[in-house]
Amino acid sequence: MKKFINDPADVVAEALAGLAAAHPELRVDVTGQYVARAGAPRPGKVALVSGGGSGHEPLHGGFVGPGMLDAACPGEVFTSPVPDQIVAATKAVDGGAGVVHIVKNYTGDVMNFQLAAELAADEGITVETVLVDDDVAVENSTWTAGRRGTGATLLVEKIAGALAEEGAKLGEVAAAGREVNAASASFAYALTACTTPAAGRPGFDLPDDEIEAGVGIHGEPGRRREKLRPARELVRSALDAILEAKPLNPGDRTLVLVNGLGATPLLEQYLVFGEVATVLAERGVQISRRLVGNYVTSLDMAGLSITVARLTDEMIRLWDAPVRTPGLRWGV
Amino acid sequence: MDATHLDVALAVAWLRAAAASVTAETDQLTRLDAAIGDGDHGVNLARGFTAVAATLDGAGFAAVGDVFVRAGATLISKVGGASGPLYGTAFRAVGKALPPGAASADLADLAAALHAGLDAVRKLGGAEPGDKTIVDAFRPALDAFEEAVAGGAALPEVAASAARAAGEGARATVPLTARKGRASYLGERSAGHQDPGATSTWLIFQALADVTAP
Repeated sequence: MKKFINDPADVVAEALAGLAAAHPELRVDVTGQYVARAGAPRPGKVALVSGGGSGHEPLHGGFVGPGMLDAACPGEVFTSPVPDQIVAATKAVDGGAGVVHIVKNYTGDVMNFQLAAELAADEGITVETVLVDDDVAVENSTWTAGRRGTGATLLVEKIAGALAEEGAKLGEVAAAGREVNAASASFAYALTACTTPAAGRPGFDLPDDEIEAGVGIHGEPGRRREKLRPARELVRSALDAILEAKPLNPGDRTLVLVNGLGATPLLEQYLVFGEVATVLAERGVQISRRLVGNYVTSLDMAGLSITVARLTDEMIRLWDAPVRTPGLRWGV
Repeated sequence: MDATHLDVALAVAWLRAAAASVTAETDQLTRLDAAIGDGDHGVNLARGFTAVAATLDGAGFAAVGDVFVRAGATLISKVGGASGPLYGTAFRAVGKALPPGAASADLADLAAALHAGLDAVRKLGGAEPGDKTIVDAFRPALDAFEEAVAGGAALPEVAASAARAAGEGARATVPLTARKGRASYLGERSAGHQDPGATSTWLIFQALADVTAP
């Protein structure tokens, strides 16, 4: 393992200390392990709190700021935060109008946020939870834990965040988040495994000529392993899965996120975006908004995810609203 | 040692032994988890149990149930992931089901408390036997525990029997396809690997057998 670390046990705390040093506009509580906006809470504003394992930067700490999250709680690497942390973050940003928890559908995240929401309720804070489960690589059936939450988390945080900024009520903000999730579908490929600092070796073995299709964002193996194919074919397979789950009609407007998982250069990400644009154009689907880059990563994993969301006028308006965070910034 | 009761000192010894075992087996648990999950089970549990061992230092518990409640609360606040809430809730449920204020519990009380622990895990995780989870080691361990108690066995024998059943249960998860938790996302590819949660449950029951062994 070659990494810029001191001690694997200190990685998250030291990264938070670094985030604080780099972004004086954030309030970073290294002991409580959460990141909040400076100036929070804002009375009367619905607060957005998200969190999950570390290792997905800029998700979530990098999305704290005006127009997006009020606080984020990063857990240990690839491990959901603990309830204490989530409650501390929730209390730190509650402005009396309630708090929306944005939770990716992973068992640990769901359980810890659920415990935290119950504890927050005991303290008189109303919490609404938006569960993100956009990853169509995982079959949705009665016997699985459902679909995983991946790239669409960014869209939910941005759009619900913009609505909260305008002064919408708790139920409206949560409903907007759920609507974005329902409109989104994602699929990811890994070319390599990633290495968590604590484990010190790659999470799985992948021969040079093979890839994992349908990989999640924690370095966990995907659904199937296959031979590497040209990007054009991989994109078509991914979009087949995405459009099967969330069909689009000619004329539909979409947001496309091509998201690097950590070690895939922008050169390849743009190439893939071009392939996505070609396929969607063939189907008469419009790309109204787009984003290419490393936003929901998996440490040093080479690979990328494709997210397609069908947009409404309101979603476009909220997507375009100003945002000022370390990881996403425009209009300000 | 009193072979018919679990007292505060023995409960603390059990949890310390569990902490030592989980720490010693961190790499093994992590390897098992890397095969079907994301490879953090060992590291996370070791962090949690190390914190449990630290919180037991000089705590001076009056009631045996308090030892488990404290351990459970510590696991919830230190581990994260799914294993933190699941093990934390289990230990808390065990502690709360033991006779309030009692300095020690007899084997029937302990069996009932373990039952409450298993119920809590199943309620929180929604797992059934055969789903390739903690439950697949916990349930056979409890069955063996209850059977040994009903047969009049003393604690060392009861604990050894439960540990044996937990180990068999953990090994029996190898061919199963996961239907709960992160491994479920792998579907059929999860078969052929021993479940890390069932394995750590085995370690915990084995720790009781170790500290009570004559």
